[in-house]
Amino acid sequence: MRPATPLLTAEDLTVGYFGRKKMPRPVAGSLRLALWPGELVCLLGPNGAGKSTLLRTLAGLQPPLGGQLRLGDQELATLNAPARARQLSVVLTDRVDGGNLTGHELVRLGRHPHTGWLGSLSAHDEAQVQAALAATGTAGLAHRPVGELSDGERQKILLARALAQDTPLILLDEPTAHLDLPNRVALMRLLHRLARQTGKAILLSTHELDLALQAADRVWLLSAEDALRTGTPEDLVLSGAFAAAFAREGLAFNPATGTFELHAPTGPPVQLVGDGAAAFWTRRALEREGFVPTAAPAAWRVTATLDPARWTSRLAGGPEYSHNTMSALLRALKPTSTP
Amino acid sequence: MGRSAAWLLVLLLLVGLGFVLDIALGSVAVPLPAVVRILLGQPGEADTAAWEFIVREIRLPKALTALAVGSGLAVSGLQMQTLFRNPLAGPSVLGLTAGAGLGVAAVMLASGSVAGSLAIRTLGVGGSWGLVLAATAGAALVMGLVLALAGRVRDNVVLLIVGMMLASVTGALVSLWQYFSAPEQIQEYLLWTFGSLGGVTGSHLAVLASVVAVGLGLAFSSAKSLNALLLGENYARSMGLVVGRSRLLVILSTSLLAGSITAFCGPIGFVGIAVPHLTRALLRTADHRALLPASCLAGAALTLACDCIAQLPGSQTTLPLSVVTSLLGAPVVLWVVLRRQNIRSSFS
Repeated sequence: MRPATPLLTAEDLTVGYFGRKKMPRPVAGSLRLALWPGELVCLLGPNGAGKSTLLRTLAGLQPPLGGQLRLGDQELATLNAPARARQLSVVLTDRVDGGNLTGHELVRLGRHPHTGWLGSLSAHDEAQVQAALAATGTAGLAHRPVGELSDGERQKILLARALAQDTPLILLDEPTAHLDLPNRVALMRLLHRLARQTGKAILLSTHELDLALQAADRVWLLSAEDALRTGTPEDLVLSGAFAAAFAREGLAFNPATGTFELHAPTGPPVQLVGDGAAAFWTRRALEREGFVPTAAPAAWRVTATLDPARWTSRLAGGPEYSHNTMSALLRALKPTSTP
Repeated sequence: MGRSAAWLLVLLLLVGLGFVLDIALGSVAVPLPAVVRILLGQPGEADTAAWEFIVREIRLPKALTALAVGSGLAVSGLQMQTLFRNPLAGPSVLGLTAGAGLGVAAVMLASGSVAGSLAIRTLGVGGSWGLVLAATAGAALVMGLVLALAGRVRDNVVLLIVGMMLASVTGALVSLWQYFSAPEQIQEYLLWTFGSLGGVTGSHLAVLASVVAVGLGLAFSSAKSLNALLLGENYARSMGLVVGRSRLLVILSTSLLAGSITAFCGPIGFVGIAVPHLTRALLRTADHRALLPASCLAGAALTLACDCIAQLPGSQTTLPLSVVTSLLGAPVVLWVVLRRQNIRSSFS
């Protein structure tokens, strides 16, 4: 069940830059978008498709080249800066260290649009700051200088600042960049949980396709040539739109595994018999070596069992060999496959 | 009591101490109790009329000028460092100081001599309306240019370069003038560049004090905006700050402060760059609601201290103030920066 009105809508939106002599240079056009409360949306697309430009335009940081952009039922352009700041908050890729700022002071800055001209925080403001620190698990960073935080910690404290701004919409530009895998997973999990618990709409651009496909409620797929495609990640994968968007970058997306193919097949097909984790990891190892694992009978036949860990290999017409480790199996296969 | 409040109190005490000392010291030493009595308007019997005259007519105006100069330069430096997110920014980055210099040079060239070396040496820069007006005109010209460009330029880094180029051009014009001038004229100009607090009395002091008060008022009203600007322009904009308007206010405030102070006292280096670093290190905060008043007080205290040293207690000569601020200020900043190491990470 969706609420009646989206938080943000765009009709026929064109984003881009003004170049020399105010000539518009569109990056992406004819965009039709809507963001609903409580959903986590990932903006995906190859480099240069205009993800950052779109995000900055939605945040009001740069004007659209054409089309309509509405926050609730108001045109974004007609909102003054403080009113807009009470509707949407951002986490950008801009470097932030701001002389001497502590985590707590940084999060307090999020209350900027809600305080008076002196910027003094009321008890309610301070409560919001504490709630944002708690929700992001950053209370422990409150008294450390922002300049000394790790990338992951800084990203979380910047998210806390956006939360403290208390807006129904949060936009994040590549929040997972520069983070290691555990931090990327933790951040995506946190964003997903926040969207569900707080009813905020969270839009983020990312290069983490695997994570985005798992965490996103919906995906906005921006590609350099085609129009924007939106939908649940699964719909986009199964319809082939996802594979098409990245095909031009020379990346082959495998809908069966949900991953991009790292290894181009160069070797012969191998019939793989087995199931569960044993079969999965054996498949990965075979693909890495260039074989093409299939279920159909082939010259090579490999079986895999997990408990006890055991592999067999047999070339058509030859004897069957037994192996105790994956590396032994690969050694047995390799001599015949290398040209 | 927080760390900031404690330091504000300490700095306030230092300003009071420096103020009284600055009045007491000089070629004629006035005992401290007599200084306090005269300042409170209750001269004792032992106090001579000469002391009263020296304190009221010469040293009190000079100490008040030091207050205005120190607080004004420090606050404008703090604003520039935050606006440009650059630890090397100071009141002179917008080219105002160079503009004032150009004004003075132009008048000296046109009239042959305005004040005369002797007058500058004895009365100080502020003693001559001609020099003050010339410097004001020069600073105002540059300020007008900077304000006009600030409205058109969106990027602060571009604006910083514009300011530096303006300073460079005006500096070059002054050098050109010096190249074709007689040595006496150059010496006069050189004396102006040393800076001095003397001679700003009566109506001069009233004008300087009011302009500085307006500039400080503008700066204090920008505290919230300056805090938002700590995260850079994009974040500031996303938090509801109208960046263009806030930037104009900050530039206007800095122009008034740096322009008027340079016009009345000549270029006084270093206070503007050093004091903000000093206060950030002492208070360990980035909150401008604390940094602004603290810079004010620290700037005033440092300038008073430098003026005390410039008197060379017990001697008849006074040193150029600019020289003293640099000699005293540079080691202080070096100490602060080397102790903290991470100064670069304090700015983006």
